[in-house]
Amino acid sequence: MTLTKTTADHPPARPTRTGLALPVLALSLTLVVSVVAGVALGPTVVPLPDTLRYLGAALTGGTIGADEVSSYSVIWQVRAPRVLLAAVVGAGLSAIGVAVQAMVRNALADPFILGVSSGASVGASAVVSFGLFAGLGVYALSAAAFLGALAASALVYLVARNRTGVAPLRLVLVGVALAHGFQALMSVIVFFAPFGEAARSVLFWLLGSLGSATWGALPIAGAAVVVAVVVLVRSSWSLDVLAMGDETAASLGVDAEALRRTLFLLTAVVTGALVAVSGAVGFVGLVIPHLVRILAGAGHRGVLTIAPLAGAIFLVWVDLAARSLFAPRELPLGVITALIGVPVFVTLLRRRAYLFGGR
Amino acid sequence: MALALDGVSVEVTGATLVRELSLTVESGEVLGLVGPNGSGKSTALRCVYRALRPTTGAVLLDGTDLTALSLRDSARSVAAVAQDNHTELDFTVAEVVALGRFPHHQGGGALSEHDRLLCQEAMRRTDITHLADRGVLSLSGGERQRVLIARALAQQPRVLVLDEPTNHLDVRHQLELLSFVRHCGLTALVALHDLNLAAATCDRLAVLCGGTLVAIGPPADVLTPELVQRVFGVRPTVVTHPHTGVPQLLYTLTGENNP
Repeated sequence: MTLTKTTADHPPARPTRTGLALPVLALSLTLVVSVVAGVALGPTVVPLPDTLRYLGAALTGGTIGADEVSSYSVIWQVRAPRVLLAAVVGAGLSAIGVAVQAMVRNALADPFILGVSSGASVGASAVVSFGLFAGLGVYALSAAAFLGALAASALVYLVARNRTGVAPLRLVLVGVALAHGFQALMSVIVFFAPFGEAARSVLFWLLGSLGSATWGALPIAGAAVVVAVVVLVRSSWSLDVLAMGDETAASLGVDAEALRRTLFLLTAVVTGALVAVSGAVGFVGLVIPHLVRILAGAGHRGVLTIAPLAGAIFLVWVDLAARSLFAPRELPLGVITALIGVPVFVTLLRRRAYLFGGR
Repeated sequence: MALALDGVSVEVTGATLVRELSLTVESGEVLGLVGPNGSGKSTALRCVYRALRPTTGAVLLDGTDLTALSLRDSARSVAAVAQDNHTELDFTVAEVVALGRFPHHQGGGALSEHDRLLCQEAMRRTDITHLADRGVLSLSGGERQRVLIARALAQQPRVLVLDEPTNHLDVRHQLELLSFVRHCGLTALVALHDLNLAAATCDRLAVLCGGTLVAIGPPADVLTPELVQRVFGVRPTVVTHPHTGVPQLLYTLTGENNP
């Protein structure tokens, strides 16, 4: 008789974590390579030396030949802002995903759990269907989405709040419930839209797209993400304390209510800004935090340092796939993040002894 | 005097959970808080480790009202192991212990060599050094409780607050943990369910009933059959432990021959 191999009582000890410098350096280099690749590749591939030369010319004010103008404008006017925006959105959603999961102490939370995306979609559908904010021109959609996101977050916060503050689970429940309400409102708006194409436009926008990326969209989104990442990394130790529960947090000197208010505000504004420029790119903010924890452990300092880089790299490649696979048609980003992310996530989840919420 | 509760009352949504509670914990003393479920033990402790603010009255640390201090300042003096310690994230043992250093730092800041030594010392005293790189979610109940004690020790507190620290532990781990509390030399305020363990561990016992203090004193004075009958609704036989001399309670199931 052979004995079946018994599993060990405990998973093996994780190796002691060395500093963050090495992984950060490796990921930064990967990100740079990914961005250049993202700019060079696409439905029309621009050779790498040309790509680098165009980028150099744009950055340093060099000259290019007259016959190269169309390639140059593809590289500099279309692809460069789009790839950079992909990196910004990926980084931001990943960092905010970590923040939201810490804020509501829930593994299933993502940046959109507070009703941000459905609120934004109400604003976006109003623009698409009835030409709201027409005076703002090309920024109408972004402005409406941002305002919708903020209004939804504020409503969720006010409804979830009671005398003792905002309990994490209440926040999740109210967010989920109100999201359904916002979706219904969006459906009504689309249903009464004067032209049939509205539903399709809203759906495409909802699943996320960087197709309308311009240099103009970058500074605000970029600044929001940089501020968010800096604030979060600086608060990483407090987030570790918050994860121990409100009572223990108090005994360690952290006011959980105040920290949660800060996190909520940060989440609402940054997610709103990202949704305004890219729609609701799902999955990134849920899965990148988990992936990073699987590889780097739970400590927020490490997770919040690595997750933005990992998310940026991930979304750059996702966007490349979205615009290349079925060119000239574009797939929504959300479709690809799920198609790539789910198998990777499930594989890692099964391979590593990953404990989240107990065995 | 180290810690004093001065007329502490806690009202939540109209219900009075703790009423006019006054007691002092002398420096180096282990004071046990006992009482039936819902008697206000945890509520009183929450006021001490700042998770709750007394509605009236004050918690004084060497005469200073705790509410006058920032959370961080009082966390430098009072460490706690609360009852609800569930976390979903799989931190390593070393990371959790290092959280004890949090109140000693302004803002973020990396651990200094001094912090690291304190954490190592705390882990050595609680015998968890070999677990340092293990994830906390994979630990047994006894190990996890020791990790939380180590975190509290790394906090370098003057007062240790423990809310039913022996919950879910087997008898060996219960005895190990309480032996540690008995001999660690810290001023400690401990809520306990098991009256026999409380009698063995604590210098004095404070008995709460319905949010009110009904008795306080050395275990031998407090744990009389009459008081236990009045507060807990069961009548024990009180004997003296043949080796240690502390009072121990023997219970009889209802329906058995009860003198």
